[in-house]
Amino acid sequence: MARIGVFICHCGKNIASTVDVERVAAQAAELPGVAFAADYRYMCSDPGQRLIAEAIEEHNLDRVVVAACSPSLHEPTFRGCIEDEGLNPYMLEIANIREQCSWVHDDREEATEKALELVNIARAKVARSHPLLRSTIPITKRALVIGGGISGIQAAIDVGLAGYEAVIVEREPSIGGRMAQFDKTFPTLDCAACILTPKMVTVARDKNIKIYTYAEVEEVTGYVGNYTARIRVRARSVDPDKCTGCGSCWQKCPKKVDSEFDQHLGDRTAIYIPFPQAVPRVPVIDRDNCIYFQRGKCRLCERACDVGAIDYEQEDQIIEEQFGAIIVATGFTLFDHSVYGEYGGGQYADVVTGLQFERLVNSCGPTEGKILRPSDGKPVKTVVFVQCVGSRDREKGMEYCSRLCCMYTAKHGLLFKEHNPDGEAYVFYIDIRAAGKNYEEFVRRAQEEFGVHYLRGRVSRIYEENGHLVVRGADTLAGMQVEIKADLVVLATGLIARDDAVEVARMLGIPYDQNRLFTEGHPKLAPVETVTSGVFLTGACQAPKDIPDTVATASAASAKALGLFSHDCLESEPMVAQIDPALCSDCRACVESCPFGAIEEIEWRDMMTRQMRTVAHVIESLCHGCGNCTVACRAGAPNLSGFSHEQVFAQVEAV
Amino acid sequence: MRYAYYPGCSLHSTARDYDLSARAVCRVLGIELEEIPGWVCCGASSAHMTSELLSIALPVHNLNIAKEMGLDTVACCAECYSRLKIANREMRARKNGRVAEVDEVVGNTYRGESEVKHLLEVIAGDYGLDALRERVVEDLSDLRVAAYYGCLLVRPPEVTGFDDPDQPMVMDHIVTALGAKAVEWPYKTECCGSSLSLTRTDIVLKLCHDIYQKAADQGADCLLVACPLCQANLDMRQPQVNRQYGTRFELPVLYFTQLIGLALGIPSADLGLSKLMVSPQQLLARTGLRQPA
Repeated sequence: MARIGVFICHCGKNIASTVDVERVAAQAAELPGVAFAADYRYMCSDPGQRLIAEAIEEHNLDRVVVAACSPSLHEPTFRGCIEDEGLNPYMLEIANIREQCSWVHDDREEATEKALELVNIARAKVARSHPLLRSTIPITKRALVIGGGISGIQAAIDVGLAGYEAVIVEREPSIGGRMAQFDKTFPTLDCAACILTPKMVTVARDKNIKIYTYAEVEEVTGYVGNYTARIRVRARSVDPDKCTGCGSCWQKCPKKVDSEFDQHLGDRTAIYIPFPQAVPRVPVIDRDNCIYFQRGKCRLCERACDVGAIDYEQEDQIIEEQFGAIIVATGFTLFDHSVYGEYGGGQYADVVTGLQFERLVNSCGPTEGKILRPSDGKPVKTVVFVQCVGSRDREKGMEYCSRLCCMYTAKHGLLFKEHNPDGEAYVFYIDIRAAGKNYEEFVRRAQEEFGVHYLRGRVSRIYEENGHLVVRGADTLAGMQVEIKADLVVLATGLIARDDAVEVARMLGIPYDQNRLFTEGHPKLAPVETVTSGVFLTGACQAPKDIPDTVATASAASAKALGLFSHDCLESEPMVAQIDPALCSDCRACVESCPFGAIEEIEWRDMMTRQMRTVAHVIESLCHGCGNCTVACRAGAPNLSGFSHEQVFAQVEAV
Repeated sequence: MRYAYYPGCSLHSTARDYDLSARAVCRVLGIELEEIPGWVCCGASSAHMTSELLSIALPVHNLNIAKEMGLDTVACCAECYSRLKIANREMRARKNGRVAEVDEVVGNTYRGESEVKHLLEVIAGDYGLDALRERVVEDLSDLRVAAYYGCLLVRPPEVTGFDDPDQPMVMDHIVTALGAKAVEWPYKTECCGSSLSLTRTDIVLKLCHDIYQKAADQGADCLLVACPLCQANLDMRQPQVNRQYGTRFELPVLYFTQLIGLALGIPSADLGLSKLMVSPQQLLARTGLRQPA
């Protein structure tokens, strides 16, 4: 006969103000199998846990119901508590009488009845619990870092520094990411390349870090501690072991195409490195634009190369590697402003994005740092910056605030005035959001020291007239309509999720939100974790972030991975499904229903017919215990430990 | 192609020419317009400024007749269009209190069954630009037209769902299909000031002036409109604007139906061209079209 202890928590007034906890405890004591029941102010506190421990000892309890808050909060606490007293930690049930009762009801009488019912349901279940044993799984102590921007670079450096291996997979021909495209950084105005390139060199030199550029992760299988990633390293058409990075190939290449790195404001050749400090300094041939690949003639780069590094026959390489943790650092892209018909719908050459402005003002950009109009190369005398394009706009863009545009626009205004002290810079803003260390001061500096004009209001229209752009808007502080003749307009387009974010999320088995941004484990308490253990987030793939926040989350994510690596093996949850082969007809309903691919088919000898037949079988290490298979199966062959059919039916009957 | 036709007050009074030309064009194109018998006010201006219930109940009364006719409704006036569209949206959303109230006042259970369209949508969409292009008999290739959409056709976009609210193109496409030149200009959805006509004429003059100026800057020969209030305002203000700003604007302001009618070779008397304040006579002479009667 089970000896159940029931412990009712007041949670201060959170539960006790709506639920008559004393009555619940008194009535629970009368329920079948209950040997002891008590209530207490804070069951999770030390005295509360001691109360449970002493009751186990004194009343010889063999299982426990705690009626308190959600199990997602304190289930581990109470499992630990009863385990210390020699009980199996799975001989515990939590009745959630806070989130699912006291917080959502007003009527004290009815809430008390419901609380008692929830307690009874938990009692019925725990009476049928069996001790469950955790097994251990080994950990591969290597981290896969997806994305080689500042986020991925920092995460890899931190993992490498701790003595563990990290592998960066970067889609572009070089690591460096968005930060490499920036000119200066706010609020200190140090040059982005000057602070980024040392980190790029560090990461390239670290013996613990391997970098695959021009590569993509195609498939991830496995589970925490034991992921397998299939990586496609695209053919560079250049042998990296032979190439010295001398540059004669791209100097000779006759084919010019728009440079993605320069945001289509400048050219690159078909064989190219994206920027001078590229790591690795090994060019790639863009086969879609290479004359030889398209028309079968040219091979000028091959002739120019003294070391014979050009290899037109090179093929994509598929690499499979094992990892214990995955750090997702895939970054962001910019909102496409072509939906703003009132701003020219992307048709005006002199209406550019903030990232394009970075390239215009950068000394290794297409204009060598001179701020010239993309349309005719004339110098810019008047520039208008428009904030919140594609962000804070429920009609046409994202509802959220993109968070750093205020700062980068202030920086752009300041840089423009630094380049053109006689020029005029105007900023249209909704609010100035400069929350960050030295940020407000920086915006003030742009306004007061450099004379950037700030106008509070939206721009209603931008149009071309006689070689100028006319910007019409409202100055809501002055209560006036404003019309500015500008040479250049810079739209502060918001940061958004990358186009393929959803595919990446599906590949990794992590959730994403309505904006396709990856969802953190908990918005406050697990900001770099995901609900999939062993997969961590850093940088702007989770939400728009500036460089300091990106670097901070990178170090946080690597600390989480390192925490994992500090163990030799992991304890696995024993709440997994088993399939009774005698009941299985191999209909595959469970295989279809399993989101984790944890059900395989095996040959099994049927004792009734003495014949071999195919049946479904759970790979326990992959099973997350979601229970999908248990309800998909018509015969009830799968059963979930800790949520057995017997337990669940007992709960239903107890209602 | 048959529609319940809701003319509204303007088309029976100050905008007779719009009504004439719309009917004439539809007759030629084979679009049947059946005027809603016993139609009442659409609920614009006085009704919707004073009573929300009235602003829904009035259009519902009209639309319910269209429903009984088994037809979708077509409107020419942008204000009527807006009111009818809003009523359909409200009745379809079935917000409890309001719908029951309207049911009681109007005495029926209309739930947005009659789709509301502007005549622009019918001609450019249902009839089709390709079909329209084939019916053109007059050469308009010398004519430069600035299509002006105003406010209520395109706004609020969640109600009208009419084209791009900031860069609408329907009328421009019609102009192009007729063989004329649609000028690109930035003021196609700027306010003409019509609703301030009597109270703040100073503002109206500035708004009208800017519209004329931008159209003229782009070399437009005329303005093309789809709203009787825009038309009246833009057509009548030119002498006043010219006095105030020392300008010499003489831009005819045509309804799009009048331009289509000209292209289809409909006699100008049937298009009400003589009712325009700024005469299109010179313009038409220059472009080789026949003189208005």
